[in-house]
Amino acid sequence: MTMNSQGRPSAPAGGETAAPQTFTGNRALMIEEPLLFEIGQTDNCGVDLPEAPQVKDRLGGLKRKATAGLPALSEPEAMRHYVRLSQKNYAIDSGLYPLGSCTMKHNPRLNEKMARLPGFADVHPLQPASTVQGAIELIDRLADWLKELTGMAAVAMSPKAGAHGELCGMMAIKAALEARGEGGKRTVVLVPESAHGTNPATAALLRYSVKAIPARRDGTVDPASVKELLDETVAGIMLTNPNTCGLFERDIIAIADAVHEAGAYFYCDGANFNAIVGKARPGDLGIDAMHINLHKTFSTPHGGGGPGAGPVVLSEALAPFAPLPIIAMDKSSRPGESLLAFAETAGELAGSAARPFGRLTAFHGQMGMFVRALAYMLSHGSDGMRQASEDAVLNANYVRARLADVMSLPFGNRPCMHEVLFDDTFLKDTGVTTLDFAKAMIDEGYHPMTMYFPLVVHGAMLIEPTESESKASLDLFIATMRDLVMDARAGNTQRFSGAPYHAPRRRLDETRAARAPRLVYTPPEPVGEAAE
Amino acid sequence: MRYLPLTKADREAMLAEIGVDSIDAFFADVPEKARLKDLVDLPRAMGELEVERLLSRLSAKNVAAGSVPFFVGAGAYRHHVPATVDHLIQRSEFLTSYTPYQPEITQGTLQYLFEFQTQVARLTGMEVANASMYDGSTGCAEAVLMAHRVTRRNKAILSGTLHPHYRDVVRTISDMAGDEVVALAADPSGKEDILAAIDDTVSCIVVQTPGVFGNLTDLAAIAEKAHAHGALLIAVFTEVVSLGLVEPPGAMGADIVVGEGQGIGNGLNFGGPYVGLFATRQKYVRQMPGRLTGETVDAEGKRGFVLTLSTREQHIRRDKATSNICTNSGLCALAFTIHLSLLGDLGLTRLAELNHANAVRLAEALAGVKGVKVLSGSFFNEFAISVPGKAADVIEKLADRGVLGGVPFSRLDPDSGLDDVILVASTEINTDEDRAAYAAALKEVLA
Repeated sequence: MTMNSQGRPSAPAGGETAAPQTFTGNRALMIEEPLLFEIGQTDNCGVDLPEAPQVKDRLGGLKRKATAGLPALSEPEAMRHYVRLSQKNYAIDSGLYPLGSCTMKHNPRLNEKMARLPGFADVHPLQPASTVQGAIELIDRLADWLKELTGMAAVAMSPKAGAHGELCGMMAIKAALEARGEGGKRTVVLVPESAHGTNPATAALLRYSVKAIPARRDGTVDPASVKELLDETVAGIMLTNPNTCGLFERDIIAIADAVHEAGAYFYCDGANFNAIVGKARPGDLGIDAMHINLHKTFSTPHGGGGPGAGPVVLSEALAPFAPLPIIAMDKSSRPGESLLAFAETAGELAGSAARPFGRLTAFHGQMGMFVRALAYMLSHGSDGMRQASEDAVLNANYVRARLADVMSLPFGNRPCMHEVLFDDTFLKDTGVTTLDFAKAMIDEGYHPMTMYFPLVVHGAMLIEPTESESKASLDLFIATMRDLVMDARAGNTQRFSGAPYHAPRRRLDETRAARAPRLVYTPPEPVGEAAE
Repeated sequence: MRYLPLTKADREAMLAEIGVDSIDAFFADVPEKARLKDLVDLPRAMGELEVERLLSRLSAKNVAAGSVPFFVGAGAYRHHVPATVDHLIQRSEFLTSYTPYQPEITQGTLQYLFEFQTQVARLTGMEVANASMYDGSTGCAEAVLMAHRVTRRNKAILSGTLHPHYRDVVRTISDMAGDEVVALAADPSGKEDILAAIDDTVSCIVVQTPGVFGNLTDLAAIAEKAHAHGALLIAVFTEVVSLGLVEPPGAMGADIVVGEGQGIGNGLNFGGPYVGLFATRQKYVRQMPGRLTGETVDAEGKRGFVLTLSTREQHIRRDKATSNICTNSGLCALAFTIHLSLLGDLGLTRLAELNHANAVRLAEALAGVKGVKVLSGSFFNEFAISVPGKAADVIEKLADRGVLGGVPFSRLDPDSGLDDVILVASTEINTDEDRAAYAAALKEVLA
């Protein structure tokens, strides 16, 4: 054993291999963390507040009779609780996060800093317009950028996330049809089999019946199959482009023409807009409405499942049918001054072309996300945004090209957009499933790709590396994937069937969770004090 | 470009490796006539300093709530949020993580969501809660749709206590879906005969307490009559801090409790992002919208958490799903749960008492101004006053004097005819000086 001058070992001792169990169940940096309800105390408090002045209460006799049962943590305890929890999460900042369709790109911290400026973070949605001119201007400017990038006539800013944007776009379509007197007879929405689940769910919310468009053998939509389904009962089509197979719908203009000819509207799911920003504009493709996931394309953080933001761009035909509120120039009560303000009611827009269909949310959208998205856009500029799309597409194609010989491409080895779709043919007869393969990636330090989606290929694996990955990062990822494939083929199923071995948890029993759902903490029965 | 790791040499090497000449080879499927030849007509890339300068200028054009005596509420409330909260939600592992579809490496998110669900259920007095909605208003609309699924009826009765914007959100989806909505008139006194509206055709009754004018409603009688007619009672709140001091809807017989959670852990943010809270009875759990986190065990028998009952959700059930919601308000829910875990029962009660005491003292101060009448019979931290003349003008003039004095009700509901009503909120942030400044400015404006 090598020793330093103080007699302290300076190199690891050999010999011990298998790790013994620890007393705590912790594994060094991987620390087990109890639930808040197991460590907090209802007679503790992590916030110092003055005692309230004595007043005669005006609660009308409805004062709470019993406390809620909420335990508290002191500040250091809270810090530890949440930091330890955070350490059980994978994140973009920790590694490659190739979730197809989710666009896990870098989230710049400048955007966080800007969103916290007091003029954006600490203003109320119902302050007088004169006190929030900069905030309204920011929304207006972001709206202009979105219109320019998409080539569309108008944009509705209030939708809270992608699915909410879909709802907004389909409501605009419904409102336009009703204005034409065709609301009652157009009751069908066409949705390709490869669509996100939100598309049919949105159509169903508006009481449309959904007809599936079969996918062409090459993974795209055939205008002929659309034409076959089009008639005077069709309200619209919901198409994702680039689609969920990572392919650009090359016949999109023909599809749009057919849809319009049949008197229907074209909704585009813009989840994959990040592939074509600065390369093509939805407005030039015949699209009538498209939501933009600011949390995908424009890098606002996913936050473990939100908040998102889903502004909807609208064509000339649908522009009048936007939700309230709408930014308008307000005649100020003071002479010579013009104010930006929100028109909150249809009445305020009388005399204009606007035919708003109603309100989607209490206020005017996800301001915090707007600031972040605009900071992203300003940072990239027209040149940087195009470069980002190109890099995203290049990275996906690089992964495709370097894995094509060992994994299976359901639609052949042809160029893809920002994401590449594999199926599980390459795992045939190995005993390894797509799920097993994904879980083994976890042990290698990667978040798995999107699995079993889209539904049009068997055992789908949808990889979206995004533009945030360096070549070196992709090379290691590719080498890892190749190694996993070789091992699966070599029959080393143990690496897969039991995976993950090294994550904070082994595979979790989802069936058990759903069979008898435990959705809230319930304290254990006191031991030794049986009811009898 | 600072966010793009690929160098020019990388790009060339990668294209060569793939075997194409140019990046445009990948865009060959884009119809020729739709391909952009030039850059879009927008400014070029900017450095961090330039972006900061530009956005700081826009920010400076606004009057930040913290810089003036501030009494604006009506669905969003300014509270003090401990520094710990904003620090923790910016942990990379929370901020830059996706929806926890891979539970083995997202136990952090799943555990805090489980804790969040438990807190929301306890706070509202209900049995279960989901992992959040976009905000209170969209949650309210989802609650109505859920009641329609449970009762297999499609008529909602909306109390006049409901925030007009919430009412409008419910109306928008109901109109589009062909469901019926009966909205009772807004009345600042809080008096209405909602019991008379309940019969066997009704799916749900939606009551907000504290109501938009501040009044508190005892829900017990409404719940009783609703249940006798096979309808559900949906209780709504827009100020979650009220639950620290007032009887929770669950204890008064509500079937679904839904509301805005922004008041705990989250800032004003000019209207969003906020966090919708959604709680109900165990027996309705399979009709709930949104994500749910449940407890289970892993292959070694260790406790862990997963998203569960996803057969309700769009990614599994598609057009048969209970809602189309996908992304929710994860990070805002995290801010909520951290703040509430610092407060606990003791802190929340004290916070709520401070809010109530400040509102009571403000109401007294404003009632002393000539021409002002306090209209709300009972209230928590927000009440309605009437002023001579137009409330909107009074609010503008107060703003000119550096006081953000509340929301003219006519802004929320121009057709109500209540042009002289102002909604005034006071939270723990207000000082004696703030109250004095408000009363003095109001006196001046009304003189």
